[in-house]
Parts: sequence; structure tokens; C-alpha cells
Amino acid sequence: MSNSMTMTEKILARAAGKRAVEPGNNVWVAADVLMTHDVCGPGTIGIFRREFGARARVWDRDRVVLIPDHYIFTKDDKAHRNVDILRQFAAEQGLPHLYDVGTPRYKGVCHIALAEEGHNRPGEVLFGTDSHTCTAGAFNEFATGIGNTDAAFVMGTGKLLLKVPPTMRFVFDGEVPSYILAKDLILQIIGDIGVDGATYRAMEFSGDAVMRLSMEERMTLANMVIEAGGKNGIIAADETTRAYVRARTKKPFDEVTNDPGATFCFERRYDARRLEPVVAKPHSPDNRALARELKDVRLTRAYIGSCTGGKLVDFVNAAQVLRGRRVAVDTFLVPSTTEVATGLRTHTVDGRPLLDIFRDAGCQVSIEASCAACLGGPKDTFGRINGPEVCISTTNRNFPGRMGSKEGQVYLASPYTVAASAVTGRITDPRELLQ
Amino acid sequence: MTIRGRVYVLGDNIDTDQIIPAEYLNLVPTIPEEYEKLGSYALAGLARTPDQPPFVPPDGMTTPYTIIVAGKNFGCGSSREHAPIALGAAGTKAVVAESFARIFFRNCVATGELYPCETPTRLVDAFRTNEEAALDLEANTLTNVATGAVHALRPLGDAGPVIGAGGLFAYARQSGMIASPGTAAKAPVVGGGPQAGADD
Repeated sequence: MSNSMTMTEKILARAAGKRAVEPGNNVWVAADVLMTHDVCGPGTIGIFRREFGARARVWDRDRVVLIPDHYIFTKDDKAHRNVDILRQFAAEQGLPHLYDVGTPRYKGVCHIALAEEGHNRPGEVLFGTDSHTCTAGAFNEFATGIGNTDAAFVMGTGKLLLKVPPTMRFVFDGEVPSYILAKDLILQIIGDIGVDGATYRAMEFSGDAVMRLSMEERMTLANMVIEAGGKNGIIAADETTRAYVRARTKKPFDEVTNDPGATFCFERRYDARRLEPVVAKPHSPDNRALARELKDVRLTRAYIGSCTGGKLVDFVNAAQVLRGRRVAVDTFLVPSTTEVATGLRTHTVDGRPLLDIFRDAGCQVSIEASCAACLGGPKDTFGRINGPEVCISTTNRNFPGRMGSKEGQVYLASPYTVAASAVTGRITDPRELLQ
Repeated sequence: MTIRGRVYVLGDNIDTDQIIPAEYLNLVPTIPEEYEKLGSYALAGLARTPDQPPFVPPDGMTTPYTIIVAGKNFGCGSSREHAPIALGAAGTKAVVAESFARIFFRNCVATGELYPCETPTRLVDAFRTNEEAALDLEANTLTNVATGAVHALRPLGDAGPVIGAGGLFAYARQSGMIASPGTAAKAPVVGGGPQAGADD
């Protein structure tokens, strides 16, 4: 067995207590953090109780994180019942990390909340009952989505059996043009390799263009790994990573780097300077086109939000386009977390708070942080597509019915492209509006 | 073991939003009446063609289709375990596809709800919805009963015994890797031994 390992292999070897692992090995991995939310938490808790007994205790109270975020601002009774189940479980088990609805601790979208609250740390293993758990790979950790049954197993034992994935490497050289965002990079990759192009594999993002991105932009890259079928995404740690993590947690962490001679099953290099704004057309994230090729597509709405495109940086970018302009179609904005919602009031572009820029532009802004209409949800969800809408969105999926009605058509794009398109009412390359 | 029944034919990239639309994720699979309800919504989000019958008849709770035959990347999208559970609760026993999305495959195995069988060749055109098929899990074949055509499947490997036992916990218990519920005073010990769920 070669001792040269990739970052992903190193983290899994360490978590398995082994000197080395290689792709294809099945190893029992110790979890550092298990995250669950209101949609999958109740089922996970149900399995945990059924399998380990009514009086069983979770393996480590400090490592279980409960973040209700999906169906919060709705009249749906079962949605409220599900949050109650999380609440009751946290009380019964004495779990310190419940970000409860209706309290000052409420956060919103779990993947962003994990980062903001210091639960993402380099070198660790994070399991979450949500496919976009891969977002945390931006922090130089192994993070992947699992089902309720696997999560219940982790809850009781702290361990999970994993097959070590081979790593695909995506390198972006050079400087990214001012009109290109991380969303363009990941949509470019998914368009190139397809929605199953990384199945069972790790995706590593590197190159100077990637390492110049902010943490929030790196999270956008890692977030959509699952849209290519990937098991996890990973990015090296640097000062940007350390500064973000140290500002949010006092816990120590242990970064990983690729060994010289580490093996990659695939490598693709991009010249960042040549990238153009891209869009994923209905009904698949790999159905890529250049934004400028779609100028005849008329829209009925625009949406900015979710774990992919509802971070503060996404709203700042949208505001660069929307300041001093009016939207031509219904435009819904949902902050991913309460911290982002606060940022909408306190953060300014050209001296104007983001919220004022958006309201002046005619956007409908929710101040209630949650997953909202990214995945449709209950019928009364803010921004949900309830008919034959044609929507451009900063979210992650555009499968039939993803944002609500099967009659809807969803185009995925960067916050620049979504904002520019909201202004013109048709799909628009942001270069037309950015100075 | 052989599973016999009617097939329902689907294309590529059938995602979890089509298998169980998000508006039904307020249902908790471990609550028996909600488990049944999830079955009634199986494939409710499917973008159906006009000639495609509904997977679950209107007002029905279960499906007449025991086996799904599909193309590439079945179950892509979300990690919602509600997806294999909805199909299993509806009465489907197996999905035979060219390939599966990773988390969906793993959830089939962990829950023991469905056999996710991969085919080395595309079978979407070898079956029509409502035809009778026989899935032989020992011989790893899928037979079209009407035409007699026999199609080879990839072996389930490590996943087969886990599903056969009834899922990850049943298998882990059967092989002595974790204790029975209520008998362990502290968190059960997970050790080496056979690789339960070594499917991923």
C-alpha cells in the first residue's frame, strides 16, 4: 500500500485509526460531528430509539448538532410536530447544540449555520442527514450526507462504515474575471462531467483561483459536489480557512494536505480567465449553457437564497447589480441564516444597507431565514413555485417540481446572473449590467 | 430468492424529488401511519408522459408494480431516506437500474426496503410497463416472463446479505456487532467483523 494519500484519504485514515487507507477500502470511521434537521431528525431519532432502546444515550452529547431549518415558517402542523420531536430529544438527552426555532439561538439553513457556529473544522469527519452536508468540505474536512438509518447508527455508536473514495481533482489557474462567481465554476464542472460524473468519488478543488476565493465562495463550490453525484468535496486549508474557523471556535483542529505523489483518478485544469457566466437549464444541473446564449428566455420570477446562494456574499454580489435598478419580475430573497438576515440590515454597498437596495429595487425580501422554496416545501412556503413559473435561481437543483409545481421551470445561475436577469426579465449575462 | 411481479419502466436521472416530493417530507417514516402514507405518494413527483399510468392508482395506498426498471443515476439528489422508504412502503421490492446515486443506494441497503440491482446493459427498452418479470437474486438475472429473455445483473456483493437481514441494524445484530435493543447499558460496541453495509 502506498503511503502517499490525498486529503480525503488522510482524514479517513486518521478517523479509522489506520496508518494509511486507499480508495476502495471499507473502513469504520469515527464521526466528529453528526448534524440533523427537522426533516430527517425525527426519523433518525425514531430509529435510534427503536434500535438502541428507549433509554439509550447518544454516543457523545457535544458532537450531535440539531438545526431545524427546512419547514419553519409554515402553518403545517406536522412540520411543527417535527420541531417538537427535536426539542424533546434535545431535552431528554441534554444536548447543548439545538438551534431552536423561536429562540435567539435560531439559525436557519444547517450547512451555513454549521460554519457560522464553529462546527466546521479542518481535518474532521462530519456526517449530516442532508445531501448538501458536502458544503463543509470547503473547510478541509470530510463531510458527507447520509440517510436516517446510518445517522441513527452514528448517533448510537459514533461510527460508520465507509468506502474510501478515489479523488477527482479540478484545478483553476489564473485570476477569475470580476463577473465570474464560484457558482459559475461549479456549474461549469457539473456541465463537463454530468450529474453522475463524480458518483462514489471525492472532488478536490485547487489552483490559485480557488485559493483566492472567500470561505463563503468556497462553500458554494463544495456545496454542489452532490449535484455531480460526488461523495465529498475538499479544499486545502490556508489563512482564509484558519481566520474563519478561529473566529468561530476555540476547539483545536488538525489540517491535512495532499502527500507528494498522492494519486488522483481524474484531473482537469481550467484557465480561470476564460470562464464565462453559465446557467443550468431545466431540468438538470448539468444542462449547461452560456448565459449570453439564453437571452431569449423570458422569466416570470427570480429567487436568491438557500445553502448554495443565500449567504451574505451572495446578497452583496446581487446588490452590486441591483443597486439603483428595478426588477422586472417577481424577485424573492431569503437569507440562509439569521446572521445573514442581520447582515442585510448592517452591511452596506456604496453606503446603502443591502435591505434598502433590495426594497428600492422592488424585491420581496423575507427576514425569516430558512431553506424556504429551494425545495418547494409546504404549499404556504415563501417564494414557492405554485404554477407554470419560469424562474432563475441561485439554488442548487432544478429537477422537475424541485421548487414546488411540476409545471415550473428552474434555471440555476450565480447571484450576478440572477440579479441581472431579474432586472431585464430575461436571462442576462451580468457583463451587460456590471460596470 | 426470486421476486416476481409487474414492472414499471423509467428513464435516466430519476431524482428524489420525483420519487417523494418535498411537500411530503413532513411525514416521519418511523411512525407507522406516516410510513404507509409515504407509500401512497411514491413517485408522486414523476414528470409522467401521457401514456404512463400512475405508479400508485388515485386514492390507492400501494402500487401494483413490484419491480422498477430504470436507466442511469436512479435516486440522485437528496439524502432523504423517505425515497427508498416510499417505494418500499408502496410495495415495490426492487429497482433494477443501469446505475444508482450513491446515497440512495446506501439508503436502500441500510433500510432493507429495496434491492438496488445494477445492470451492465441498459434494460429500459427491454421491458414495457405492466409486463411481468422475475428477479432471481441468486442467479443475478432479470427475466421478461412474456418473452423469456434473460438479462444478467451485477451481483449485489456485500449489500445483499444486509438487505436480506432487513437492513443495517438487523444485520449488525445478526452478526453480533451490536447488542439487541435494551440489553446494552451503554453505547454498543462496533467492531471489525464482516462489513455490514459495506455498500457505499
